[in-house]
Amino acid sequence: MNAFVTIVHLTLHEAARRRILVATLIGALAFLILYATGFHFIAADVQGNATQSALKKRLLLNFFTLAGLYASHFLTLLTAVLLPLDTLAGEIASGVVQTVASKPVRRSTIVLGKWFAYCIVVVGYLMVVAGGVLLVARTMGGFVPPGLVTGLPLMAFEAIVLVSVTIAAGAHLTTVTTGVFAFGLYGLAFIGGWVEQIGTIAGNKSAQNVGTVASLIMPSESLWHRASYYMQPSIMRELVVSPFSAPSLPSMAMVWWAVGYVVVALVLGMRGFGKRAL
Amino acid sequence: MPDLAIETQHLRRRFGEKLAVADLSITVKRGEVFGFLGPNGAGKTTSLKMLLGLIPPTAGRGALLGRPIGDRRARARVGFLPEHFRFQDWLTGREFLHFHGRLYGLSGHALEQKADALITRMDLQDAASRAIKGYSKGMTQRIGLAQALLNDPEIVFLDEPTSGLDPLGRLLVRDVIHELKAGGTSVFLNSHLLGEVEATCDRVVFMKQGRVVHELDMTAQVSGLEVDLRVEGANDALLSEHAELLSRDGPLARVRVAHEDALPALAAALVREGAKLYAMTPHRRSLEATFLEVMGEDQRPG
Repeated sequence: MNAFVTIVHLTLHEAARRRILVATLIGALAFLILYATGFHFIAADVQGNATQSALKKRLLLNFFTLAGLYASHFLTLLTAVLLPLDTLAGEIASGVVQTVASKPVRRSTIVLGKWFAYCIVVVGYLMVVAGGVLLVARTMGGFVPPGLVTGLPLMAFEAIVLVSVTIAAGAHLTTVTTGVFAFGLYGLAFIGGWVEQIGTIAGNKSAQNVGTVASLIMPSESLWHRASYYMQPSIMRELVVSPFSAPSLPSMAMVWWAVGYVVVALVLGMRGFGKRAL
Repeated sequence: MPDLAIETQHLRRRFGEKLAVADLSITVKRGEVFGFLGPNGAGKTTSLKMLLGLIPPTAGRGALLGRPIGDRRARARVGFLPEHFRFQDWLTGREFLHFHGRLYGLSGHALEQKADALITRMDLQDAASRAIKGYSKGMTQRIGLAQALLNDPEIVFLDEPTSGLDPLGRLLVRDVIHELKAGGTSVFLNSHLLGEVEATCDRVVFMKQGRVVHELDMTAQVSGLEVDLRVEGANDALLSEHAELLSRDGPLARVRVAHEDALPALAAALVREGAKLYAMTPHRRSLEATFLEVMGEDQRPG
């Protein structure tokens, strides 16, 4: 336990000094400023327009809030891959890991400690960005989307899936290959998710199946679709009026699949690192 | 307590097609300074990493401090300074020692005291609060050496600890090795710097193409010790009185004594008789000569 805490502490230390973290935080800040500016004008327009119905105003604000959350989700995923990318692969390549792994510490503890630390960092990052978006929506539009209690944890879990895949791949592959692998899986899930949604709208069963298979291979995007489903009013879901409406709601089974996915990724990561010649 | 620090039988490691270590069967006694010699690519580092549990062997078995290699409880009593000194260089020297001390299971006041003592021993007081990435190579080596001694280890592994260092850095490593030996700690020194090995090791094993090909006891003096002297005011008779005179050329003389222990007495006698002694160099059959002979003509720079 003591070793686990030390590895977590060391990894948080490592993450904090990363330029990538600073870069993504600056990116997030720039995004939030842009977002707040845009929201300011839209909210002014919506509130000043007497001819619009209350429902339409609400839908517009919800749409714009979801767009902000979608950007937060994307920025978080980027961070979830880029930040832990070389925590194992890079330290193996440089030899830094040798003084750690020769200590009386289990290799699995090193993997779990690093994983846990990056989960904290990435979820923290999501809280900053998504929190910023929600704060903007609340203060400028007086709008709070529904279903945050379900939606935000799902977004956080999606980030954890990406961290797990990246750490697991880093135990087996080089830094660059790890990045290609993790982003490749994310790309697959992204395309698959949309194929499934469009398939559902078009009533095309084959397209739906292709999407489902993609989500099984990498369940991250399904978690976002489920999160965004909860974070909009029911009328918006049913009207299918925005890219964030999820005509086909990924089932709870997909969430459990993702839980199992994280467990398997971690086991593979620990086994790979355990057998690796350092 | 088992009296062997290391015992291995037919350890082997293959990387794909390449057989890095073909057969490693060695014993290292407790308190012994053990030199592991060989050209680059002979399998020295792979052997050392197998002993530390960093590289799982393909075949064979071994014990470290009486426990199977890779065992965590044995690793708690081991210190390791890796080749190239690559560490978490964003940490300050002190933070680095604290983190690694905690990995050894140390904590609190005891850890802080130990870290401070080692910082002082390694002469890093001024640098301890700076990030390691700003350290010179010698300083990085010293903080790495401190890291390897945090747990008062029973055996310390040093992988090429002096390559690329200036003479002061080498001297420090040599002193630390002597201190460790005096304290009963075993040292496993991986090196191709023959002078270092000659100055510190009790026993040396030569490795070639993944196999142990020769073993040399550095403490045994089979037929006495030859010593080169540069001395003025000492005639042949005086020299012959205290040692076997082998040759003489002006101030330069080569004599033979029974054992290294006879050297201080020889020096004292010469000085007492009014001779001016400028230099006294024990002339073992040089390790380099042995090395070249053992490695043979077929070896090319690795």
